[in-house]
Amino acid sequence: MQYAAVTGIGQTQYKARRGDVSIAGLVHEAARNALDDAGLDWNDIEAVIIGKAPDMFEGVIMPEIYLADALGCDGKPMLRVHTAGSVGGSTALVAASHVQSGAFRRVLTVTFEKQSESNAMWALSNPQPFSPHLNAGAGGYFAPIMREYIRRSGAPRDTGIKVAVKDRLHGARNPLNHLQMPDISMQEVEDSPMLWDPIRFLESCPSSDGACAMVIADEGLANDGPRPPVWIRGGAMRSEPTMYAGRDEVNPQAGRDCVADVYAQAGIDNPRKQLDCAEVYVPFSWYEPMWLENLGFAEEGEGWRLTMEGATSLDEGGDIPWNCSGGVLCSNPIGASGMIRFAEAARQVRGDAGEHQVDGARTALGHAYGGGAQFYAMWVVSTDKS
Amino acid sequence: MSEDAGEHITAIETPVYLKYNFTAGQATTRFLQQVRQGKLVGQRRPECDCGNVYVPARGSCAACGLPTTEEVELGDKATVQSFTIVWIPIPNNPIQPPYIVANLVPDGANISFIHLMSECDNDSVHIGQRVEAVWKPEEEWDYAMDNIRYFRPLDEPDVPIEMIGKVPLAGWEGEA
Ligand SMILES: [Zn+2]
Repeated sequence: MQYAAVTGIGQTQYKARRGDVSIAGLVHEAARNALDDAGLDWNDIEAVIIGKAPDMFEGVIMPEIYLADALGCDGKPMLRVHTAGSVGGSTALVAASHVQSGAFRRVLTVTFEKQSESNAMWALSNPQPFSPHLNAGAGGYFAPIMREYIRRSGAPRDTGIKVAVKDRLHGARNPLNHLQMPDISMQEVEDSPMLWDPIRFLESCPSSDGACAMVIADEGLANDGPRPPVWIRGGAMRSEPTMYAGRDEVNPQAGRDCVADVYAQAGIDNPRKQLDCAEVYVPFSWYEPMWLENLGFAEEGEGWRLTMEGATSLDEGGDIPWNCSGGVLCSNPIGASGMIRFAEAARQVRGDAGEHQVDGARTALGHAYGGGAQFYAMWVVSTDKS
Repeated sequence: MSEDAGEHITAIETPVYLKYNFTAGQATTRFLQQVRQGKLVGQRRPECDCGNVYVPARGSCAACGLPTTEEVELGDKATVQSFTIVWIPIPNNPIQPPYIVANLVPDGANISFIHLMSECDNDSVHIGQRVEAVWKPEEEWDYAMDNIRYFRPLDEPDVPIEMIGKVPLAGWEGEA
């Protein structure tokens, strides 16, 4: 396998509504920013790998058809990836594999969601004859799983509130974020309306418009740009059925297998010690302690302790800051959210994450999950090639 | 933009209507036919070591990917595996918040489905609680899980955590 590196990163401003641009304008903006960041132009790109979450989120079916021109795909291969909410991560990994395989030397990868153009909360809650019509959005699906986590772990009730505050304080350092809440307090989160008990309004992700893009290049082209290359040290994906007898929905096997694979590739056996930070898909606050366990940062049932001790907080000087960018709780253009995690991990390694930079970060994890917590995509990026 | 270019167009409503004809397939057809008769029936693959009973059967055993060929009759009683109290209304659904959506494992099955809980105090619903199906009147039965109006609490001892998902059709009467 060839070495591959991120040489360009481009993001848009994340907002509730980007009424100033069409979908094509939105993806073009992220792609152009990534090319500028890499010091490249459209002709320097050999293939384009695009991803987004379900088409029902905008009501535009197969949008990639009309985005080919906005992304400079004329005469080039274009491929769409689709793995529900994890798609931003898996799109980056598919793009990376096109370089690692030697098929292409330099590719552009872009993901987006423009949720303001339709009703993303209810787009997937359509009636099915084999189930009563009670699908109350993603929160309705995940709330019982969080309740079971709380029962099992005995986590204090305010763990979720703490994550909601911590990620918004991180997010206030990142001017790209949709939600800017520098003055948020535990009390404010606790007083926010309960939506799907135990999830409150302020413990949930927003619904955002935005796009994220990266340029990935092989070893020979990695040093061509103005930025230091960020080396992809490991990448893995796993999936499992939504429902099977005995499935552990709190600590899914596919997530454990995926992270074991990516750590093995990157030579990591103690993630809390060897990683400098992590960008992890946490759309509802309780998923931080749950993923701390699933990703091996804490023993099973102990993830909440790291959260409560401040280990994941930049502001509290934690040893393993999670979601310094503000995470999915501050901006959630669903299809792009996973790639934003991957890109923000790369920014940390490059040392240009601005106000939310972790001092001296050299190795970082990017993580995404999707569907009924059944699709996983992860990568580890580093300043070092091997 | 010239002065007479007019207002920037940021939204033109263009509704998309989607009508879906659901082909149930063999396994789900058999399940829906039984639901139409007021019965909850699961399926399993008898050759499988796991012996897991799926409901509603979607065609295959998730462990081995092979067809679930054998019907297994289930009871009207079930156990709460987990639940949420929902405080927002579902569009096109008359149910008023707050309401309980529970993950329920029917006796004799090894997997949960979601359904509504009613006739209960929302604050006293808990994991391991025993419930039973309340069916709509027979004349309203169709090929739909909505034939069960909701589940209501039973006055039976809670199922211990490690037994949830493993209660036999004979039910749960408490620790032997
Ligand atoms: Zn089987």
